[in-house]
Amino acid sequence: MDRASECRPELVQAYADAQLSVTQSLEVERHLESCARCSALYANQKALSKLIGQSSLYHRAPAALLDRIEAELGIEAPPSAPIRAARRSRESLWRAIGVAASAAFLIVLIGAFGIRLYGPGAEDPAMHDIVANHIRSLMPNHLADVASSDQHTVKPWFNGKLNFSPPVRDFAQQGFALTGGRIDVVGDQAVAALVYRHNKHYINLFLWPSSRGAAPPRTAIRRGYNIIHWTQSGTDYWAISDISRDGLETFVSLCRASP
Amino acid sequence: MSSRDPGARFRSLLLPHLDAAYNYARWLAGNDHDAQDVAHDAVLRALEYLDGFKGERIRPWLLTIVRNTFYTWLKKQRPVELVESFEEETHGAPDYGSDPQAAALRNADLRALAAAIEKLPREYREALLLRELEDLSYQEIAVVLEIPLGTVMSRLARARKRLEEVLRAPAPERKYGSRF
Repeated sequence: MDRASECRPELVQAYADAQLSVTQSLEVERHLESCARCSALYANQKALSKLIGQSSLYHRAPAALLDRIEAELGIEAPPSAPIRAARRSRESLWRAIGVAASAAFLIVLIGAFGIRLYGPGAEDPAMHDIVANHIRSLMPNHLADVASSDQHTVKPWFNGKLNFSPPVRDFAQQGFALTGGRIDVVGDQAVAALVYRHNKHYINLFLWPSSRGAAPPRTAIRRGYNIIHWTQSGTDYWAISDISRDGLETFVSLCRASP
Repeated sequence: MSSRDPGARFRSLLLPHLDAAYNYARWLAGNDHDAQDVAHDAVLRALEYLDGFKGERIRPWLLTIVRNTFYTWLKKQRPVELVESFEEETHGAPDYGSDPQAAALRNADLRALAAAIEKLPREYREALLLRELEDLSYQEIAVVLEIPLGTVMSRLARARKRLEEVLRAPAPERKYGSRF
């Protein structure tokens, strides 16, 4: 019997969840081409996933929880100037954690990709703005000024708003879907911020023209976010997200392969 | 690096997953106060057991601890709620049946979706959230929930089918099944 002609709803579900091997995926794809019922099943599951992703079902940990845990562990957060009133207590705490974590992470972060690290003394002045912009972008309605998954919509949107034309690429096929763009400020430079989505997580890719020579990716963690910075083709790139470092490295290698 | 300082270990290994721990606890407990208690206890317990962790990904491991912490807490606080039963699981394969004629889910009301997820039996909700919000693989969900892979798949299928039914129903007079 031709296995592609069988209806296997459990495989369609697993296919939509990206849980199948390549061989199994190909079988399901062949079946979907000819079966309206399974195609509908697949489309509905994808639509549902998308809705769940768009909804605010994800409850982020409140600052009070972090305070309690820190208190329990005997960690004191030094007072520091507020960045934004809305998240003042959390921000200052996070900043303290960031400084402490940068030292703690030095050794842990030497990865297999020859990625160099920011030591506590070599902090790039852009780092602070990158993290602050990323956090602000995750607040309601701050993510994108132009929301589109089409690189040919996002790229022209920057025309006349920046004094450079940022390269805009979509990596939806590889699991990193372009969702929009935004203008942010880093230091006193207006920069392009491209927003990508990986499952339920967002990646901000900040970029602007640089006079520095090419520099390989360096990683850092600030306030629990993974950050990778590199310079390529006269452009400074900063990628930041709460996805795993492996995931962010995959994303960066895609960017670097198509500058 | 093998720092003995629990603060440093917390920051480097668990802090990146604090949102996940809280989110899971929040969906299990159903309110912020209890969720904070559960997530707090789970994180401290995880720190204690960190040396014994041999897996690849911390997140599923931490979520397992959140879950165990929650059920231990539940047994003490609200023993009655443990008696949720899932009659469908004894009745053979789930009905995946999506009707190709059915309306698409495009314009569904997000609030109705959240309400419908809250009304799912906890076992279904857990599998769905671990998959959709935490992006755990079937295998990882099976480990966290301590159930076979096939059960993960059938719970996901049932959860999704119920949500699709709710979302497809006409807005003002949504007809919920007895579970809803």
